[in-house]
Amino acid sequence: MSDILKSELPLRKGAGSDSARLRRAPLLARALRRPELGALSGVILIYLIFFAVAGSSGMFTVEGQINILTVAAEIGIIAAAVALLMIAGEFDLSIGSMIGFAGVIIGLGTTVYGLPLTVSILLALVVCAAIGALNGYLTVKTGLPSFVVTLASLFILRGLAISGTRYISGYTQISKITESDPESPMIPLFAGKVGQGFFRWMAEVGWIGTKPNGAPSIEGLPVSILWWIALTAGATWILLRTRFGNWIFAVGGDAVAALRVGVPVNRVKIILFSLTAAAAVLFAATQITEVGSTDTLRGTLKEFDAIIAVVIGGTLLTGGYGSAVGALLGALIYGTVQIGILYTGVDSDLFKVFLGVMVLLAVLFNNYVRRRATQER
Amino acid sequence: MQPIIELRNVSKSFGTVVALQDLSFAVHAGEVHCLLGDNGAGKSTLIKILSGVHPPSKGSYLIGGEPAHITSPRQALDRGIATVYQDLAMIPLLSITRNFFLGREPMKGVSPFARLDVAHADRIVVKELAEIGIDVRDPSQAVGTLSGGERQCLAIARAVHFGARVLILDEPTSALGVHQAAIVLKYVAQARSRGLGVVFISHNIHHAFAVADRFTLLNRGRSMGTFPRSAVTRDDVLHVMAGGEDLRRVEREISELGARRMASG
Repeated sequence: MSDILKSELPLRKGAGSDSARLRRAPLLARALRRPELGALSGVILIYLIFFAVAGSSGMFTVEGQINILTVAAEIGIIAAAVALLMIAGEFDLSIGSMIGFAGVIIGLGTTVYGLPLTVSILLALVVCAAIGALNGYLTVKTGLPSFVVTLASLFILRGLAISGTRYISGYTQISKITESDPESPMIPLFAGKVGQGFFRWMAEVGWIGTKPNGAPSIEGLPVSILWWIALTAGATWILLRTRFGNWIFAVGGDAVAALRVGVPVNRVKIILFSLTAAAAVLFAATQITEVGSTDTLRGTLKEFDAIIAVVIGGTLLTGGYGSAVGALLGALIYGTVQIGILYTGVDSDLFKVFLGVMVLLAVLFNNYVRRRATQER
Repeated sequence: MQPIIELRNVSKSFGTVVALQDLSFAVHAGEVHCLLGDNGAGKSTLIKILSGVHPPSKGSYLIGGEPAHITSPRQALDRGIATVYQDLAMIPLLSITRNFFLGREPMKGVSPFARLDVAHADRIVVKELAEIGIDVRDPSQAVGTLSGGERQCLAIARAVHFGARVLILDEPTSALGVHQAAIVLKYVAQARSRGLGVVFISHNIHHAFAVADRFTLLNRGRSMGTFPRSAVTRDDVLHVMAGGEDLRRVEREISELGARRMASG
């Protein structure tokens, strides 16, 4: 009767449980499974191309590289949070408007209501994190795609930022924000320059230029670059070494299966929407402390820049697979091409064409990697 | 011997629809109890009552002889009743280890530096899988790289590792080929010999006969009886499952139709 059981089975008999059995796949095979692989090859390829085309143009000086990193850091700060959200299978189209909205809270708080910069930044953080959580709550409760819910918030937040600012101050721009609180510890925290001694030394030995007054042409490394790297490291730690990170992958991979083993799917998503909004506040804070002013249109289209960086970094549009380091590399590609194209003498509007092509290629490549990673072997 | 879980005269209705009527069902330790029935016979409702998704409308649910009040899958799981679903058991893009420990991740270190104990988790997974004869080259590979049978086994191994005493397997072999199904059936037999009670739901009479000790046949929400394997043949079971009487009537009507055509032509 149990003839099925007696038939020859293609079973490899387990040899026991000694740790020698814990073999790792060869390095190359493991590298091919990493989501960052495509982006890393992309970074190398793009550096080689620019080195060939614009090698002697000043792009590969310390100044040129710092310009690139500064642009990359802006995108990268939000991309780190967006990577987590997208791995969990959700989108946030309201990031750009959230940046504008946060800027308005910080700006009006400091200039019109006389709050210290620290307080208005914290206020923006609390308000925007709450709005982000609301985005998440509406998404999980209505069951609508987050694409739709956050498209609504994109317009609502931008509209509120513009009309609110005009109603309160009469303008759509807010200036003299840092001037209202010039001693605020927020200014060095978000717009400081680090390693100034090192940069003075580089000027002395002639690696970087000097201004007519003898000061180095670059004061130091913008602190936003450190924020970018720290956030990426934090997001990577969460993804790879915490319970919450495991849940992020699971929620994006298959929310129903995750729910069945007890993962609080809705809570994970709401927290991630909230974190994304907090990253938008951080972006607004670095911009305002650097420039000293803000505009109600600040951040427009940044949501797409962040999504592009994340996708180029190997994260699947459908969720369940991706990495924060990939998002960092994606942001680096973004910055390198946007700044690098200025050095080549090519029409800089072609940057957008490049981005479009890159996104398409990255999505195709990611889908290929996904098929490989989940193929029966 | 005391059954591990038992339903006594259980009925379940959803509004005016009666899904189960006066059904009794029991699983003992070290037994595979196979639940057979056509679509709509009430198998899913029965699974949902056993796994804590729905409470019964009438009748009682006993665990270890004691009346139990189970209101969520989590509670059933805590009492050692684990359900493995056909398709939603595993997340294909997630690694074998991460799937195995999903929701119960082992940690090491002190907060805020607490972190997943990846090495420990990998060792346990390789050991558990080796015991059922699946040789995993690398536990960090995605579950999608495993065959369908291996995936079902992994889901069952996970339930066993986390203390299941009763396994409810919902169509564990229906989407699988012959060899893959054999891997799963072999593992089910192994779980039985380790003293677990198994509720095995299937459409496939051959798979059911390979492992079952007892059968309960369901038809339109009622039990057609529970039989030990020695008391029934495949044909008996097949006959009841295919709705025997219905089929015979259809055959008769078709032949009558043919006869009338002959007469008129």
